[in-house]
Amino acid sequence: MAAAREVLVSAAKKFFVLGLIGVPITDRFASVVPVRGRSMSPTFNPETNPLFDDRVMVEKLCLRRYNFSRGDVVVFRSPVDHKEKLVKRIIGLPGDWVGTPHTYDVVKVPEGHCWVEGDNEIPSMDSRSFGPIPLGLASGRVVRIVWPPQRMGEVERKVPEGRLCPS
Amino acid sequence: MWSIIREAFDKTLLVAKAYGILHITNSYLCTVALAYGPSMIPTINLTGDLILAERISPRIGKVGVGDIVIVRSPVVPRRVVTKRVVGMEGDQVTYLLDPHNSDEVHSIVVVPRGHVWIQGDNIYNSKDSRDFGPVPYALVEAKLLWRSFVRGASIPVCKFACDWSSGMCGRLKILVQCNTYQDRRGK
Repeated sequence: MAAAREVLVSAAKKFFVLGLIGVPITDRFASVVPVRGRSMSPTFNPETNPLFDDRVMVEKLCLRRYNFSRGDVVVFRSPVDHKEKLVKRIIGLPGDWVGTPHTYDVVKVPEGHCWVEGDNEIPSMDSRSFGPIPLGLASGRVVRIVWPPQRMGEVERKVPEGRLCPS
Repeated sequence: MWSIIREAFDKTLLVAKAYGILHITNSYLCTVALAYGPSMIPTINLTGDLILAERISPRIGKVGVGDIVIVRSPVVPRRVVTKRVVGMEGDQVTYLLDPHNSDEVHSIVVVPRGHVWIQGDNIYNSKDSRDFGPVPYALVEAKLLWRSFVRGASIPVCKFACDWSSGMCGRLKILVQCNTYQDRRGK
């Protein structure tokens, strides 16, 4: 009985130390998160089966200077619900003029903000519904897909053509 | 030989654990910061006040009207500002458009869902939601818990402690946004 308690206590200590070291690493360097939903098809989750969500690696070193580029896929907290996190691609940086193909609107991205959109044409929770978002909402940049094995690899930076108006 | 490696590993583990405790406390519990600038006079001193801010309330949604909060600036994401919450989502906020020149001209705005309206206590010299609009709630990082009673951060020890802690734990030197009187007059 006492031996079992000893084992439990030492296992608890090891988990505690793991957490103590793991939390700063996931907050400052990189972490692995699942992607839910199909707003980023075909980049993530191209099939409909929810059992096999993609898992991606998110790097946090970009948060030191907030220097993102057009075409980066970022994880950010939703501006309409602070508990929710979304994954979308940055289309426009501060100062860019972003055009929407279905309306004739052209929006200028204000200072300190960015225009994010999902890769899927079906409108989703992105800047097409809530407008440009502050860059301070970003909580990491997606760099690799780590699951499933057949689609493991780098997430490329690409901007859809014809969306940014030449300034 | 192995004992040296073992000792090195133990010492590294100790440093890593200490850093972990520091990081978790600073990011999830409470943080020390130096707030300075004119936009929260008289609540916060112009030359700087040492403040203690807790990070639990914003996460569980316990921030309300009248709280002084530390918010990541929507205009410069690397900067962090201290302001007071004047309206939560759904609230109707009335503010003076040009407090230097007129007491009459008001503007009324309804704070959208998921956002907050922040204003500096010194409305004559503050860049806040009256300039950059309502701020998403997710940008609220911490709520003020305690402000030092020794006003002014000219005490070298306090300033050094703040610089050290903000350097170690990632940039929490608070800037209470400045806006010179001449700038506003020129508009």
